[in-house]
Amino acid sequence: MRRKLLIAIPYFWLLVLFLVPFLIVLKISLSDTAIARPPYTPTLDLSLGWAGVKDFFSQLDMENFTFLTEDALYWKAYLSSLEIALVATLATLIVGFPIAYGMAKAPSEWRPTLMMLIILPFWTSFLIRIYAWIGILSNEGYLNQILLWSGIIDEPLKIINTTMAVYIGIVYTYLPFMILPIYATLEKLDESLLEAAEDLGCSRLSAFWLVTLPLAKPGIIAGCFLVFIPAIGEFVIPSLLGGSQTLMIGKVLWEEFFSNRDWPVASAVAVILLLILVIPIILFQRNEQKNREEG
Amino acid sequence: MRRFTWFNATALTFGFAFLYLPMLILITYSFNESRLVTVWAGFSTKWYGVLLHDKAFLSAAWITLKVAVMSSTFAAILGTMAAYALVRGGRFRGRTLFSGMIYAPLVMPDVITGLSLLLLFIAIGMDRGVTTIVLAHTTFSMCFVSVVVSSRLATFDQSLEEAALDLGCTPFDAFRSVTLPIIAPAVISGWLLAFTLSLDDLVISSFTTGPSSTTLPIKIYSAVRLGVSPEINALSSIMILIVTVGVIAASLVSKRSIALQKADEQKALQQ
Repeated sequence: MRRKLLIAIPYFWLLVLFLVPFLIVLKISLSDTAIARPPYTPTLDLSLGWAGVKDFFSQLDMENFTFLTEDALYWKAYLSSLEIALVATLATLIVGFPIAYGMAKAPSEWRPTLMMLIILPFWTSFLIRIYAWIGILSNEGYLNQILLWSGIIDEPLKIINTTMAVYIGIVYTYLPFMILPIYATLEKLDESLLEAAEDLGCSRLSAFWLVTLPLAKPGIIAGCFLVFIPAIGEFVIPSLLGGSQTLMIGKVLWEEFFSNRDWPVASAVAVILLLILVIPIILFQRNEQKNREEG
Repeated sequence: MRRFTWFNATALTFGFAFLYLPMLILITYSFNESRLVTVWAGFSTKWYGVLLHDKAFLSAAWITLKVAVMSSTFAAILGTMAAYALVRGGRFRGRTLFSGMIYAPLVMPDVITGLSLLLLFIAIGMDRGVTTIVLAHTTFSMCFVSVVVSSRLATFDQSLEEAALDLGCTPFDAFRSVTLPIIAPAVISGWLLAFTLSLDDLVISSFTTGPSSTTLPIKIYSAVRLGVSPEINALSSIMILIVTVGVIAASLVSKRSIALQKADEQKALQQ
């Protein structure tokens, strides 16, 4: 009895507050916009009985999805989200790998401290970490002040409100997600393998390419997914650093809902965003499973 | 003993400079006299004073704290139950759906979670305010708690529980006096994680909030959209300080408890 209750309570909670809301989104994405409260039609009217249910289903259509495929804005937003997430993931890897490598090769009494220094920003407010960059990157910001003062540039660089600023924001906030899994694989790496490679005539660099990198691959792949997946649906970074020029799907959904008050289109955008995310998520899960079986 | 090589030291220096300089600049400029945030005009703590007298910020901070305490506590309870169901529940009908619903919110973009919960609250005609934010935060953070707790549950020795049952404990007593003390550190770190996630959340709160319950991130976001301000710098510095002290204290406590545990094990071996 107690066991049943133990399962039933969280199960019921998630059904009501996770699955049902998502079904509502799906339903509204198939509805039409209306000037009413709530601003969509049809609404399910159970007082009419079976006729009401039938009437309700007959009015649903794929119109919003057709609309999304016809309007270039949405295509562009989806594609540019994917592109920004991909480029930012690679940039995070390039920045994060040397740090993870440096940590794994550091004297062992240093490692807990270094680890904490990586985790600390993760606990600090996301919003504040993004905000810190506005002051640095803006036209009269600290970066431009230093560059102008030192004479490297004559005119302030335009970074804020460009895609570049979004890349910087993503690399900065998601860096711990990249570093930690790579560090975990590099730390386990058996030093004697590298010594063996060098004894057999490998140079240090080729030992790195032939031994370290392939062994670090599971960590690299996991880190890339951990950055790529949340970056696609990101809202705060493009909205604060990217300005009006940067097109990302999370921002489009937000504006569709809050500014245009078009609930059916916002819901349709959400459904497609989720469909896009399913592929990398499944790949990620497979990768994790494979690692678990091997390890 | 290993030492830092030239390459590794450089990589770490640049890496940590990149991670910490933005926050250090932010804290430095929170002590700036001038309202113009990019021009240094001398040391002053006046923005902290301004902040402490700003009623709107104080009430937003209070609401945020209330929401975080309530939602993380509910999340810790529900998440532990969910972890128990997943790891110890055996086979039950709908188990695949259940584990799917635990893992899906972890990767769900905030905009979708927020939108879908708002549409639910509207559909059932619920007034939006603190209650709806707490419900929303509990839902996504209980999944994080359950992942943390279930990894602890999966690794601990189940025979301890069985021994308690054999010795005449009821299942509930066995849970309370054997299982709970063992998984307590995981439940606590799950609670902390849920607490920070709630404090930090902007998107889901924006969707599920009502007119009278503005949380701190919503307040910060609307202020920040107008540009950098010294008051926000001061507020950010306070928040960074609290987190830093909290994380360092937590790590020292866990270090000590590990040391104590090791000492106990040593003693047990000697006897």
